[in-house]
Amino acid sequence: MDHKDRQETCFTNFSTQNQQKWEFPDPLTELLQASKAQDWDPAAMLNNLSFLEQKIHQLQGLVHLIIGRRDRVSGQVQPYELVAQQQQLVTADLTSIIVQLISTAGSLLPYVKHTQGAPSLSLGQFQPQNGGVSGGGGGGSGASELQNSVDVSTNEEHDLKDEEDGEELGENLFPGTYEILQLEKEEILAPHTHFCTICGKGFKRDANLRMHMRGHGDEYKTPAALAKPNKESSSEPALIKRYSCPFAGCKRNKDHRNFRPLKTILCVKNHYRRTHCDKSYTCSRCNTKKFSVMADLKTHEKHCGKDKWLCSCGTTFSRKDKLFGHIALFQGHTPAIPLDDTKGSTGTCDPGNDSEATNKLGSMNMFNFSSSEDVKGSMEDPSGCFSPLNFETCNFGGFHEFPRPPFDDSESSLAFLLSGSCGYTNKSGEQ
Amino acid sequence: MKTQGQGQSKRKQLHHPLSPHSNPFDILTEEIVCNILDHLHDDPFATKSFSLTCKSFYFIESRHRRILKPLRPDLLPRTFHRYPFVSHLDLSLCPRVDDPTLNDLSSTWKATLRSINLSRSRFFTNAGLSSLFINCSGLVEVDLCNATHLTDLAASAIAEAKNLERLSLARCKLITDMGIGCIAVGCRKLKSLCLKWCLRVGDLGVQLIALKCKQIRSLDLSYLPITEKCLKSVIRLQHLEDLILEGCHGIDDDGLSTLEQSQSCKSLKMLNLSNCQNVTHTGLSALINGTEQLQQIILAYGSSVSQKILKVTSDLAKCLLTYSKLQSIKLDGCIITWSGIKAMASLDAPFKELSFSKCLGLTDDGLSFLVQSQKDLRKLDITCCRKITYNSIDSVTSSCTSLTSLRMESCSLVPKEAFVLIGERCPFLEELDVTDNEIDDEGLKSISRCSKLSILKLGICSNISDEGLAKFGSCCPLLKELDLYRSIAISDAGIAAIADGCPALEMINIAYNDKITDNSLISLSKCRMLKALEIRGCLGVSSIGLSAIAVGCKQLTVLDIKKCFNIHDNGMLLLAQFSQNLKQINLSYCSVTDVGLVALASLSRLQNMTILHLAGLTPNGLAAALLACRALTKVKLHASFRPLLSQSILGHMEAHGCVFHWRHKAFQKEMDPKGWKLHFGRSSSEVP
Repeated sequence: MDHKDRQETCFTNFSTQNQQKWEFPDPLTELLQASKAQDWDPAAMLNNLSFLEQKIHQLQGLVHLIIGRRDRVSGQVQPYELVAQQQQLVTADLTSIIVQLISTAGSLLPYVKHTQGAPSLSLGQFQPQNGGVSGGGGGGSGASELQNSVDVSTNEEHDLKDEEDGEELGENLFPGTYEILQLEKEEILAPHTHFCTICGKGFKRDANLRMHMRGHGDEYKTPAALAKPNKESSSEPALIKRYSCPFAGCKRNKDHRNFRPLKTILCVKNHYRRTHCDKSYTCSRCNTKKFSVMADLKTHEKHCGKDKWLCSCGTTFSRKDKLFGHIALFQGHTPAIPLDDTKGSTGTCDPGNDSEATNKLGSMNMFNFSSSEDVKGSMEDPSGCFSPLNFETCNFGGFHEFPRPPFDDSESSLAFLLSGSCGYTNKSGEQ
Repeated sequence: MKTQGQGQSKRKQLHHPLSPHSNPFDILTEEIVCNILDHLHDDPFATKSFSLTCKSFYFIESRHRRILKPLRPDLLPRTFHRYPFVSHLDLSLCPRVDDPTLNDLSSTWKATLRSINLSRSRFFTNAGLSSLFINCSGLVEVDLCNATHLTDLAASAIAEAKNLERLSLARCKLITDMGIGCIAVGCRKLKSLCLKWCLRVGDLGVQLIALKCKQIRSLDLSYLPITEKCLKSVIRLQHLEDLILEGCHGIDDDGLSTLEQSQSCKSLKMLNLSNCQNVTHTGLSALINGTEQLQQIILAYGSSVSQKILKVTSDLAKCLLTYSKLQSIKLDGCIITWSGIKAMASLDAPFKELSFSKCLGLTDDGLSFLVQSQKDLRKLDITCCRKITYNSIDSVTSSCTSLTSLRMESCSLVPKEAFVLIGERCPFLEELDVTDNEIDDEGLKSISRCSKLSILKLGICSNISDEGLAKFGSCCPLLKELDLYRSIAISDAGIAAIADGCPALEMINIAYNDKITDNSLISLSKCRMLKALEIRGCLGVSSIGLSAIAVGCKQLTVLDIKKCFNIHDNGMLLLAQFSQNLKQINLSYCSVTDVGLVALASLSRLQNMTILHLAGLTPNGLAAALLACRALTKVKLHASFRPLLSQSILGHMEAHGCVFHWRHKAFQKEMDPKGWKLHFGRSSSEVP
C-alpha cells in the first residue's frame, strides 16, 4: 500500500500549497480494495473501470493546476527547486497511478480483448497533456496501452450534464469528483440559517437577510452590499458540492455502501424531514394524510378530495381513465357510484321533458346544461382554482412560510393552468 | 273475432261425431287447448273471449299466458294471481310504473320473468330497478329506453342482472361512463346493447364494454361522443355483427386510419355510418378492413354530402370491391357521381337492397347502368331523385323483375307511361310508394297486376280517379296500407271498391279529399282489420259515417278527424261505446263539445289526444274529461287553456304520467293554407 500513502501525502502537499479545501473522500480506498477483488463479475469490472477513469481524472486535474500556476507567474523567473519539486511530485504521482492502472487493468484484460481498436482516440487526447508535464514518464506507454476502454473526455462531458440535471443523477458522479458536506441535524431543522449580525433576527434566505440589513443603515444599501455574494474564483472549475444526510445507516449517508449524495441543501432539508422526522402536518380535509414537509401538505391539499374516481375495491383515482384501466385489469372490480348522486337526479327528473326529447340533439344539450353534475362541478371548482391563486399572492407578498426554490412558484401556477384546462376537457368530454 | 269464430267452428266439428249429451270440451286435452291458444294472436279480443268461455278454459288460459301487456299499472296486482307464468312483460302502455309496482311484480314473477319493457314508463328509480334485478335473476332482455331520469345508480342496479343479454338504454342521458362500467362488469353475457343518445357515455365506457362483454353481437353507439380510441377495442369483439355508429362526429378518417394495424372485426355483418360527417372512404375502408361477412352498409347523409367528397364515390365503391357477400347499400342523401356508379356496377356482389333516397347526382344513365347487372334486386329506394325519367324506370323494371319494394316518391320527371311498365314487369311488388307522381288510372290499372301488393302510397297523385281505384281494389286483396292523401280526384265509389276488395286493410289515409262523404266511411266499416283511419279535412264526412266506422271497425286504434267540421258529439258517443281499442285521436277543429269529450274519456285505452280549437269546449268539460281518462299519456292542448285549468288537476295528471303539450297555434279558417292547389296547378301544367 505504499503507493497509496505516497499519493495521499502528495495531495496534501498540494492542498497546503494552494490553500484550498481539497478533501479526499474515503471511497477512494474502498475502490482500491474493490479493484483488487479478483472475482470477475461485471459490477466489479465496472468498478475497476470507473476507478481507472477517476485516477486519470485526478492526474489531469493535477497537471491543470500546475499549468494554471505557471501561467499566473509567467512574468517571474521560477525558482528551479520549485519546478523540480513539482516535476518530482507529478512523476511520483504518475508512477503510483500507473502501477495502480496496471494492477487494475490486468484484471480487466479478459473482458477488453475484443474492444482493442476503440481506445486510441481517448489516448490521443490524454497523452499530450500528460507528456508535456511528465517529460519521459517511465510508465507512460504502459499506461496508455492499459487505458483501454476508459474514455476520459466523454466522462467529463457526462459530469457537466450531471450538474444540470437533478440529484438522482448523483449516482453517475464518481466518488472523489465531488466534495461531500454534511450538515448536523440541528442545522438542518433550524428554522433560520441566516442571522442578522446586528439584531440577531433569523432568515431562511440570504436575500431576505440582505433586504433586512438595509434597515440597519445606509452602508448596507450600497449596490455592493445588496449584490449577491460572488463565488470566489471562476477561473478554475470549483469542485461540485454534494451533501450527505447525517442519519447513520441512511442511503443518503456518506458511510452507506451504496451512498447516493443529495444535491442541494434544500434536498437535505426535505429528505431529512421526510424520512427521519415525524409527520406533524395533517391534512385538514381528509384528516388521514400526514406530512413532515409543509410544501407536501400544500400540494396534497390541492388535490385532496378530488380523487372522485372510486373503484369498488376502495382505490381512488384522480383520473377517470386510470380508474377504467384499473377496472379493465382486474376481474370483479367495478366502478363505485357515490350514493349522493340521487339527490341531484331526482331534482332534475323533469316530467315535461318528453316532448323536447323528440327534437333530438338541440334540446338534449339544453337538458344537459341544467343537469346535476355541472352544478356539482361548479361547486367544486372554486376551491380548485382559488387555492393556487391565494398561494401565489402570498408569495408575492414575500411571506415564505417554508423554503421553496424559485421554480416551485412557477410550478404551482402551471398546475393551476393545468387543472383549469383539465376541468374544461372533462366537462366537454362528458357532454 | 274472426279467429275466435274459427276456433268455435273447429270445436263444433270435433263435437259433431260425439253424442249430444257429453260435454264437448271434455275431449280437448289441455295440450290441444294450448295449441289453439298459440294461434290466437291476431285479435286482441280473442284470448279474452276464449278465457270467458268456461272455467277450465279460463284456468288453462291463465296458466298458458306468457306475454302480458297491461293497460294500466293499477291492473297489475289483479294479474299477479291470474297469470303466474308471465315471462314477457310489456309495460309500454303504463306511463307510471313506480318502485312499489316494480317491487311487487318482481317478487311475483321472480322465477319466470325473462323480458321487461319499461321504455314508455317513468317514475321508477334505481331502488325499484335494483329489487327487480335482484329478484328476477333470469332476466334476459330489458328495455329502458327514454329513462332520462336514470342515473349511474340505476346502471349499477342493472349490473346485478348477470344473465342479461339484450339491453337498451337509448336516451338515458344521465348515465355516464361510470354506470356503463358497472354494466360492463356485471352483465358479462350481453349480446345486444343500445347506447344511442347516452350523451355522457364516452370512449372509456364503451371501451370497457368491449373489453368485458365478449359476447356482444349488436352494438348501437349512435350519437355518442366517442372516438377511434374505443373502436380499437370494439372491433376486437369476436362475435360483433351489427355496429351502428350513426352521428358519431368524433370519429374521423385520421382516427380510423390508426385502426389498420390492429385486429379487424371478421364477423361484422352490418355497419351503419349514417350522419358521420367526418368519415370518408378512407376511414370506411380502415374500419371494414378484414371483415369477411359484411352484408349491409349504411352511409346515409354521411361525409359525401360535404363538398370535398364529390368525386369520392368511385373510391368508395372501390373500397367495397372485396366484399362479395354485400347485399345492401344505403347511400341516402349522398352525392353520386358517374364514376361512382360505374365502380358500384363493377362490384360482383348481387345486391338485394339499394337506397338512393335524395341522392342529388343520380341520373338516368347512372341508374340504368347500375341496375343492368342487378337481377336479384329486391328493394330500391329512389325517393326524390328528381333527375330520373322514363328511361330509368324502363331499365329498372326490365332488369330487376323480382323487386318487392319500390319507393319513388316525388320523382317528378317520371311520366305517367312509366308506371304502366312497373305493373307489367314487377309482379312481385309488395310495397310501392308513388307519392307526388304523375301516375294516372292507366298506371294504377297496370299496377293492379301486382297481386301481392300490401302497401300502396298514392298521396298527392291528382290524376288517380275512382276508375283506377276500382280496378286496383278488385285485384289486390292483400292490401294493408293505402295512402290517398290529397288525391283529390277520388270519391266514394273508389273507396267503396277498395273496401270491398281489400278486407285486410289496416291503414287508410283519405285526408283532404273534398269528394269523400259518409258513404266512404260506411263502406270502409266493412274492413274489420282497420286500425288507423285518417280523414283530416274531409268536409263531407259527418257523425253518421264515423259512427259506422266505430261500430264496424272494432280494432281502430288511431283516428285523425281534424278539421272534419261536421263531426259532432254523436260521433263521439258511438266511438266511446264501440271503439274500445282506440289509443290515439286528433279532434282539432271538430264540432265536439264537452259532452262528446267526456264520453270519449270513458275509453280505457285512450292514451293520446290532440284537442286544439274545439269551439264547444269549456275548461270544466276539459277538466272532467282529463280526470276521467285514466290511461292518458299525452295531451295536446291550446295554450289558452293553461291558466283556466286548476293546477291540482294538471298536477294529478302529470303524477299519473300524462304529459301536456301546450300549443299556441292560431285558428286556421282556410282549408288549404299552404297552397297545395297552386302546386297541383303547376304540376298539371307540366303534363303534356
